Amino acid sequence: MAKAKNPKVFAYRRENGRVGIRNHVVILPLDDLSNSACEKVAYNVKGCKAIPHAYGRLQFGKDLELFFRTMIGTGANPNVAAVVVIGIEPDWTHRIVEGIAKTGKPVAGFSIERYGEFKTVEMASWKAKEYVQWASELRREPVDLKEVWVSVKCGESDTTSGLASNPTVGNALEKLVAMGGTCSFGETSEITGAEMVCKERAANRKVGEQFMATFNAYQKMIDDNKTDDLSGSQPTKGNIRGGLTTIEEKAFGNLQKIGKKISYVGVLDKAEAPCDRGLWFMDTSSAAAEAVTLWAAAGFVAHFFPTGQGNIIGNPIEPVIKLTANPLTAKTMSEHIDYDCSAILSGEMTLDQSGDNLIEVLVRTCNGRLTAQEVLGHEEFVLTKLYESA
Amino acid sequence: MIQFLIHEEADNVGVATVDIKKGEKAAGLYMDSQKKVEIKALQEIPLGHKLALISLKKDDSVIKYGHDIGRVVADIKTGEHVHIHNLKTRRW
Repeated sequence: MAKAKNPKVFAYRRENGRVGIRNHVVILPLDDLSNSACEKVAYNVKGCKAIPHAYGRLQFGKDLELFFRTMIGTGANPNVAAVVVIGIEPDWTHRIVEGIAKTGKPVAGFSIERYGEFKTVEMASWKAKEYVQWASELRREPVDLKEVWVSVKCGESDTTSGLASNPTVGNALEKLVAMGGTCSFGETSEITGAEMVCKERAANRKVGEQFMATFNAYQKMIDDNKTDDLSGSQPTKGNIRGGLTTIEEKAFGNLQKIGKKISYVGVLDKAEAPCDRGLWFMDTSSAAAEAVTLWAAAGFVAHFFPTGQGNIIGNPIEPVIKLTANPLTAKTMSEHIDYDCSAILSGEMTLDQSGDNLIEVLVRTCNGRLTAQEVLGHEEFVLTKLYESA
Repeated sequence: MIQFLIHEEADNVGVATVDIKKGEKAAGLYMDSQKKVEIKALQEIPLGHKLALISLKKDDSVIKYGHDIGRVVADIKTGEHVHIHNLKTRRW
């Protein structure tokens, strides 16, 4: 299947033409105060999903812009069929509703003030029931695999990540980009030490300069806020236990995820959707849940997550496909792992075979096979906050 | 059977792909050239951890992926464990 020039998968074609591989009906809280109502609706109506989070109050400036881009992007993601938004007040609630409505998908908003939570939950439950029954009759159709946008990020890396699981992702990305696919990598701070090599991988000088400007801004933020040399955070304690020693070593291992040949065509802001196919760099935190939440909000529908020591992260709307090359992790944490590529370490499998195997897992995931993270209910939805609320 | 891998010819450390015992003569493989090498491990090298392919002096660079991954802060003998006790970042 992966050998085919243009493999087909069965997925959902949304109103705006984009392709989704899941069919979620999401109950989206505007703010922390509305989590409870959303969870009550999701209890009342089986087949929908509340996505609680911690923010949405008194944010301002660039942080507020990122908040709205993330919330609207989450609802707009092609893995989502329809959305019910609940907020404490109507104004910002409708800002999210209107943003999602641009995709053409069904979306409705409810606000708690002047109704109370009981009444709001009742009204929202009726709408959620309507959406769930409507979405349950949508059918998958054959689409090109290249229409499935794929993001990549590793976690709890160790040296096996740099040896095998990250290069496996790189090999798969080379094949997906060659098909005409849309992919993204990020983790700005985890390129520290390899930034000049990363800059060289830009498609042209302008994009390379954009990357360096983004990288330098992130470094400045770290320098401005650090209280020590970061050796207690980057690499993480898990990285160190796995044999990684310095951020430079981690960075060169990290970059294996973009393969050896492809160059990136542009630099995206956090949660910003790409405007064309190809590989894109996104400015993200290196914390797994924060980063994947940003890619899901940018419209990515499947994620490759190589891990060394065993990061168990998931996302509520973007399936996370987890692979490891560490035989100990594959053995002791197998319930979290979708693809074990440790055979590369023992010389029993080539990188090229492993890349094909990963694409095969992607194809099966697109066709509906649930990832380990989905089955285990790992739905870490974590908003990136740029600074304190007002 | 291979007990450690080396990313590139230019590297001065290898990565254990199994737990290597102290005193063991470990077989390594360069991933780019497929050249084989044997190093006597002077210490335990757990799976995923690095061992020195040559002796390194304080302030030398540890090279992995063909690139500088940090500064040696304590002399290292061929076959010794390379980690946070003798290698530090040049950043941050």
